[in-house]
Amino acid sequence: MDLVNLFVKSIFIENMIFAYFLGMCSYLAVSKTVKTAVGLGLAVIFVLLITVPVNYLLDNYLLQSGALTWLGPQFAEVDLSFLSFIMFIAVIASMVQLVEMIVEKFAPALYGSLGIFLPLIAVNCAILGGSLFMQQKDFSGIEGAAVYGLGSGIGWFLAILAIAAIREKIAYSNVPAPLKGLGITFIITGLMAIGFMSFMGIKL
Amino acid sequence: MSLEKNQKPQTEEEKKKSEMLLFLSSSEEKEHFLSKANRKILKDPLDDNNPITVQVLGICSALAITVQLKPAIVMSLAVVFVMAFSNVIISILRNSIPSRIRIIVQLVVVASMVILVDQILKAYAFDVSKQLSIFIGLIITNCIIMGRLEAFALGNGVYKSFLDGVGNAAGYGLILIIVAFFRELFGSGKLLGYEVLGHKGVTLAESTGLYALGYEDNGFFLLSPMALIVVGVLIWIQRARNRKLIEEN
Repeated sequence: MDLVNLFVKSIFIENMIFAYFLGMCSYLAVSKTVKTAVGLGLAVIFVLLITVPVNYLLDNYLLQSGALTWLGPQFAEVDLSFLSFIMFIAVIASMVQLVEMIVEKFAPALYGSLGIFLPLIAVNCAILGGSLFMQQKDFSGIEGAAVYGLGSGIGWFLAILAIAAIREKIAYSNVPAPLKGLGITFIITGLMAIGFMSFMGIKL
Repeated sequence: MSLEKNQKPQTEEEKKKSEMLLFLSSSEEKEHFLSKANRKILKDPLDDNNPITVQVLGICSALAITVQLKPAIVMSLAVVFVMAFSNVIISILRNSIPSRIRIIVQLVVVASMVILVDQILKAYAFDVSKQLSIFIGLIITNCIIMGRLEAFALGNGVYKSFLDGVGNAAGYGLILIIVAFFRELFGSGKLLGYEVLGHKGVTLAESTGLYALGYEDNGFFLLSPMALIVVGVLIWIQRARNRKLIEEN
């Protein structure tokens, strides 16, 4: 039951975009059409689902203070947590490279349309943010980390899907010229975030 | 990697061009430290080519830490530091980085600078570092830094890259500070923690300043959606003033 709660919470209440603004750059840049938005969203879900649990293992068996005790009692004092940024980003960069190769092999059309944004997932703040929040939340087991990764990925996917659909429609409306493009997207995202705040009342 | 195939000839061409330029400028006449071209590199990101409102880079952290002015200022300083020095380091290494692994090399350089900043903040400004929580770590994936490394430092000399880093980080900091200013002023009636609009007491009689007239804080400004709307309005104002930035669609 805890896992279900965590899942719902990470999708709606702690939505990566509307609550923490993580991954805004690609969210704004790739949301012009629904099709590419879906592709990128799926790639983000996949990368988050893998990197969060892997980084959980790294954090618990390598980086935290006292994490190295499995090597022997003399390592109980070692605290490598200052290395966590570099370790996390290395895991993420290599995972992204892997995803890129898989997509290139099995879905060349999608690969072509995602273009530059696939390698840029490596620097999508949502991915590193997922791992850093995981470190802060101190899950008791790897399944918690996996569910959290999956949930925040799905939350990001929903957000980019929604904004892409709205942007496709807004092309037909009469927006003041200086507000066109980026400006109106910001304001719509703000309004959507207000909508998502209504989930905050839910107690899980 | 279609990205590399497309970019490789361009970057090499650009590299040659910039090296030639550098060579020319150093041989014919010593370029002044703050020559017109250099000043342009420094000044452009403040308005015409602002990283947040025009290049759409580095938005994540810009929005999340602007509830109060103080963390926003600390964050801007941290980004100026990380950006200037990682630009310099990448610019020094630019001819020896193989292009296939350049993203990882860049990430490692940036991550080491960020670890430095994080450790310094933890040692000397612990409460601010707690407030910024994971956002210091997220400087690593701040798109401004990667974007400028890719777009500028990989093809330009050391001093120019340094200026570009400082300029872009300052443009980022400028937006951050403007947004934080309005959010803290309207949201909690304070600036940097000082009660500039007067003191709010429990009753009207105990209040001073604007609060004595019945003014209320707009708590909505403290919530995250307001950050997006404030930035949206800023973009609107900027583009209304500077009409060449208006997008077609």
